[in-house]
Amino acid sequence: MSDSPTGLTQAQKAEQVRSMDLLRFATAGSVDDGKSTLIGRLLLDSKSIFEDQLEAVEATSQSKGYDYTDLALLTDGLRSEREQGITIDVAYRYFATPTRKFIIADTPGHVQYTRNMVTGASTADLGLVLVDARQGLTEQSRRHAVILSLLRVPHLVLAVNKMDLVDFSQEIYEKIHAEFTQFATKLNIPDLEVIPISALQGDNVVTRSEKMPWYSGPTLMHHLEHVHVASDRDLVDVRFPVQYVVRPKSDEHHDYRGYGGMVAGGVLKPGDEVVVLPSGMTSKIAGIDLFDQEVSEAFPPMSVTVRLEDDVDVSRGDMIARPANAPKPSQDIDAMVCWMTNEPLRPRQKLAIKHTTRSARALVKDIQYRLDVNTLHRDQDTKELGLNEIGRVQLRTTVPLLCDPYSKNRATGSFILIDEATGVTVGGGMINSAS
Amino acid sequence: MTETHADYQLSQLDQLEAESIHIFREVAAEFEKPVLMFSGGKDSIVMLRLAEKAFYPAKIPFPVLQVDTGYDFPEVIACRDKWVSRLGVRLIVASVEQAIADGIVVDDGKTSRNRLQIGTLLNALEEGSFTAAFGGGRRDEEKARAKERVYSHRDEFGQWDPKMQRPELWSLYNGRIHEGEHMRIFPISNWTELDIWHYIGREGIEIPAIYFSHQRRVFQRDGMLLTESDFNPLRTGESAEERTVRFRTVGDLTLTGCVESEADTIDKIIDEIAIARVTERGATRGDDRFSEAAMEDRKKEGYF
Repeated sequence: MSDSPTGLTQAQKAEQVRSMDLLRFATAGSVDDGKSTLIGRLLLDSKSIFEDQLEAVEATSQSKGYDYTDLALLTDGLRSEREQGITIDVAYRYFATPTRKFIIADTPGHVQYTRNMVTGASTADLGLVLVDARQGLTEQSRRHAVILSLLRVPHLVLAVNKMDLVDFSQEIYEKIHAEFTQFATKLNIPDLEVIPISALQGDNVVTRSEKMPWYSGPTLMHHLEHVHVASDRDLVDVRFPVQYVVRPKSDEHHDYRGYGGMVAGGVLKPGDEVVVLPSGMTSKIAGIDLFDQEVSEAFPPMSVTVRLEDDVDVSRGDMIARPANAPKPSQDIDAMVCWMTNEPLRPRQKLAIKHTTRSARALVKDIQYRLDVNTLHRDQDTKELGLNEIGRVQLRTTVPLLCDPYSKNRATGSFILIDEATGVTVGGGMINSAS
Repeated sequence: MTETHADYQLSQLDQLEAESIHIFREVAAEFEKPVLMFSGGKDSIVMLRLAEKAFYPAKIPFPVLQVDTGYDFPEVIACRDKWVSRLGVRLIVASVEQAIADGIVVDDGKTSRNRLQIGTLLNALEEGSFTAAFGGGRRDEEKARAKERVYSHRDEFGQWDPKMQRPELWSLYNGRIHEGEHMRIFPISNWTELDIWHYIGREGIEIPAIYFSHQRRVFQRDGMLLTESDFNPLRTGESAEERTVRFRTVGDLTLTGCVESEADTIDKIIDEIAIARVTERGATRGDDRFSEAAMEDRKKEGYF
């Protein structure tokens, strides 16, 4: 075994890679808040940018007559965006430090903001909201916080950017901090960190700023590397949506019948008593397979194949849970829906719905209110939801869904709505309750 | 029985693997006729491995499609054949030569084989009436890919419209398509080049020999080191010499450059990549260098 350039042996490095975990985070902010510059900075300072990418950006910056390298150009992907100088869609970025890999869902702040933010936030462990220190909290930053809270993103970072333009003033930071903390009491944000930064100059992004000695909290990178996300999963309530029935039908594995799927909640173990929904049949777990290995337990988000002791009828769309802890099959769904297409959502409309591995049709029974994401006001007079609007909706489904409240489980509490004629995804839903 | 993780933590590689397996199963369950597009490169071999895991002990329930440019590395074909026979999966080869002969694509002598692949591929997908085609694209490869969905919708002409992409929420994928349309599926979207190599190392996955350091007669063209071969005659002023090289990507032999390298094991390759300063495509792919938006243009036409 030879020593690597980092001074670690191959065995040590392999161990490091094996234990490296994952943080998915969503960023929100407008072009003016310096979001793209911040992401460019994170990529650059974690050495995730390559020379040819940096050279291309330097050349473009020069041809545009800038006197500094515009790091925002690193993330503006499509030509149509580069021409317009705006970001039009969710883009995914990757970087890693020795202990953690990061997936950034980079969402634009203005056009189509709700649709894109909801998409980016749906898979995020952490939300990063940027504000311009000169402007303080805006309607837009409040809106971003509201959406992250609705999507139950458990960790939120408010990055107060452009501190260099306000002389690194502690007073301004404290004012924004206090104002945001006050606003956040109305939301569901279990963990909040407010960090003063300058994305352009790198202060408190990766290295601690010497210009803000009054700030004793973590740098942004330190926080991203250390925020604890493992306990955000539900390890108590067993939920296993059956995705695919594995039946080899070969001589070697003649009698093999396994249920492939991704664990959505709880810990499954061989020997556990289980119930299959919606049939209600009970059995015991005979074994859990991960490729050619048997494993002693399975937990979220593992993709495994579960075998049962009894020959019960199980198919895709069913759910394996525990007899004393199972969701009640429900056809009446009360949910917050984010609408994502031009033609508004109206009562009596029929749509296709996809929930875990189960597909059905849904009828819109009622739209109870539209939520103003800027003020949190509930508008009960409107009876429709327009593009990028969020509201509370009652649905009736053709077959029972095996669901939980979204606040309990993001995987079994979420669904998408699909236009049956065009096949396009037109809405995302978060279940409040079901009966 | 293997003991899993006492703290109920999955490493990021395990999380990526679980996500990819989930995508393979979802497509196999929802699409009538999926196919796996196989380039012979390390990414598509990792895809084969993930598909193997997703359905084990059953066989992979869809065929593998390869576009034969006629300029493929023999080491790549040899590796492909080993995988195909071990997995017992059906292999469909769509030949660019044949497509030229049949008049499906036109070889004007100037167009690269990678570009001619597009027409050949689209034709093969149409002929097989495949409704979903797995591709090994990764979002870290290129700026245009960074915005592409895991399920990427293609119209009747196989075209991608970045403005018409469907929102993709949670892990709920929308596989609805109309007659004549199909979906490109990218199960390893969230993997980086380094993740791929770590996974190949961890799993002991067999990849073509050209990824490892070896002796080869090469020559310089457009700032790249290209293989001397009959497909690639030397032009005036060019001369070939033997160097110690390896390939970072696998493609059309006439266009895929190699880098000088002593890395003859996976661990050494990982070390080399960890300190590499140029992206794999930027360094060695002539087809992506023609314009800054080269990839975006090819994608819109129906490239992988």
